[in-house]
Amino acid sequence: MFPELNNLLDTTPDKAEQGKLTLLCDARTDGSFLVHHFLSFYLKANCKVCFVALVQSFSHYSIVGQKLGVNLTMARECGQLVFLEALKTSLDVFFQKPAEPHPLQFLREASAENLQPLFAFVREALKPGDDGEATWKYPVLLVDDLSVLLSLGVRAVTVLDFIHYCRAAVCVEWKGNVVALVHDSRDTEDEENDLLLSGLSHQSHLILRAEGLATGFCKDVHGDRSLTYQYKIQDKTVSFFAKGLSPAVL
Amino acid sequence: MAAAATCGAGAGSLRSVAAAAAVDRSSATSFQRKGPRAGDADGRGPRLVSIAGTRPSVRNGQLLVSTGLPALDQLLGGGVAVGTVLLIEEDKYCTYAPLLLKCFLAEGVVCGHPLLLASAREPPARLVQELPAPLLDGSYKKELDQDGCSHPAADAKVQMKIAWRYQLLPRKEVGPVSSRFGHYYDISKKMPQELLETAQWHGFFLPEKMSSPPTAEPCHLTHGYSKLLEFIKKIISEEGVDGSNPQKKQKNILRIGIQSLGSPLWGDDVCCAETCEHSHSLTKFLYVLRGLVRASLSACVVTVPTHLIQNKAITARVTNLSDTVVALESFVGLQREINPLYKDYHGLIHIRQIPRLNNLICDESDVKDLAFKLKRKLFTIEDSEE
Repeated sequence: MFPELNNLLDTTPDKAEQGKLTLLCDARTDGSFLVHHFLSFYLKANCKVCFVALVQSFSHYSIVGQKLGVNLTMARECGQLVFLEALKTSLDVFFQKPAEPHPLQFLREASAENLQPLFAFVREALKPGDDGEATWKYPVLLVDDLSVLLSLGVRAVTVLDFIHYCRAAVCVEWKGNVVALVHDSRDTEDEENDLLLSGLSHQSHLILRAEGLATGFCKDVHGDRSLTYQYKIQDKTVSFFAKGLSPAVL
Repeated sequence: MAAAATCGAGAGSLRSVAAAAAVDRSSATSFQRKGPRAGDADGRGPRLVSIAGTRPSVRNGQLLVSTGLPALDQLLGGGVAVGTVLLIEEDKYCTYAPLLLKCFLAEGVVCGHPLLLASAREPPARLVQELPAPLLDGSYKKELDQDGCSHPAADAKVQMKIAWRYQLLPRKEVGPVSSRFGHYYDISKKMPQELLETAQWHGFFLPEKMSSPPTAEPCHLTHGYSKLLEFIKKIISEEGVDGSNPQKKQKNILRIGIQSLGSPLWGDDVCCAETCEHSHSLTKFLYVLRGLVRASLSACVVTVPTHLIQNKAITARVTNLSDTVVALESFVGLQREINPLYKDYHGLIHIRQIPRLNNLICDESDVKDLAFKLKRKLFTIEDSEE
């Protein structure tokens, strides 16, 4: 996690808010550094995390996670992290018909009616243990990213339904958090994506936007206050500074 | 990368490869093999196996292969990462995109990598015959001087050094022709027959494979795409690049080249109408393709005629589903052709996207205005501001 981002958002792993939906949005740039931040943040906060990774492999997140101070392999082994590596498991679903409902079943359909199997997977992963012993603080669902579901034939309304179900279960029932990444497609007239983005913006408590500029980068933070900071990504961290105060300018 | 996992060595293996390679490369004046490479009778395990024609990335130790154009390799941060898909957005009349694809495949022949060629337009056998001839042993420098191009002198010197070293090693009968990373190609000459004969390639020509009548397609992809994915999966497992048979043979990289994906010849109507029947075929195909490539030691180059795709949303999705994206814009038939700024060049090349693999950052080139020109024999990329 990035300490500077924590300062800007006024949170630490110990006292993060619960029951919230955070929307990560990127426009003309790659906002995946925010996903890495939240993944390491919640693992450090000792939460049970279910990560639906639709666009990259496990080792990618694992290697970046090591730079940010979390060990994903160990987290997965001890049960703190449930990782759905969609790139790998999609091959099983695609080339042969799965025997039982598979979370990525929507790949086999022309236009998936609902994402029920995926929700069932998330529910199974995050439901609190029956033994009553609280090993982990609260459950967190992380999705990277939702826009790719639209490319795979799922309609925006179906994705919105899925997130609604997840929110009902994770945020309201179990007092956990949901974090999802969506691409902003203002320039590309992607109506389905716009629908998805506006629907989610309406539901979320915190929206983090990463926007690319020609020469630098800019990030808007919408929450209680509206703040604009610029950021620069480095090898192991991201540094944030107010507009005009970048070391390049000073 | 998932590829590292399938090699059975874990995420740390790429770093150890990087460390080993760094040791070798830092002693540029005494480039010697330290001893028998693992994978020989030594049996020390595959930890330090170095595959011909690959090198680890300076940034993150990611294994890279050359695109066949050293200038493009530099712009992409060293080359195409193994396990990723490079998308080339074709220029309007498809003059230069096939050239890039051929250089990529020719590089595979020279390095001894197996090839997989898929086309709906022409038989792969014909494509293979048209691969450009490599300029080996420093003869490329003569070509550059003849063409009067302002090639950076520093680069030339370094490469001459390596080429000279390899002249001293005995020529092997079987195996890659050159272990160097990145070669120059003479576009005006065809690859010599003897070299082509050493190449292992698998072709997929759509009209041949469509003989069986299309049944209800699983996953609702167009028939051509499903067949192609099955073919790629079959070849990946045949060549053993998915790590399924670790004892099998020397590890190698499979180079996959797909020509004009998305064009109507593939049975896809994404280029024909704005609201098409198979609107998700192309994107689903790319997703599964990326899954296949990620899980194996292969590198894939796909050319897509994005200028024909009517729906801009699909173009954006196609771009997002690829790792690296390069777009070609040729000046053929344009007013701009007579613009004095661009009079020396044949077109512009845009690096639209570079992946951030195993890293928060990526190697973005500082130079954004790049132009290419096809000289008498060479394809070069230059900063158009100079």
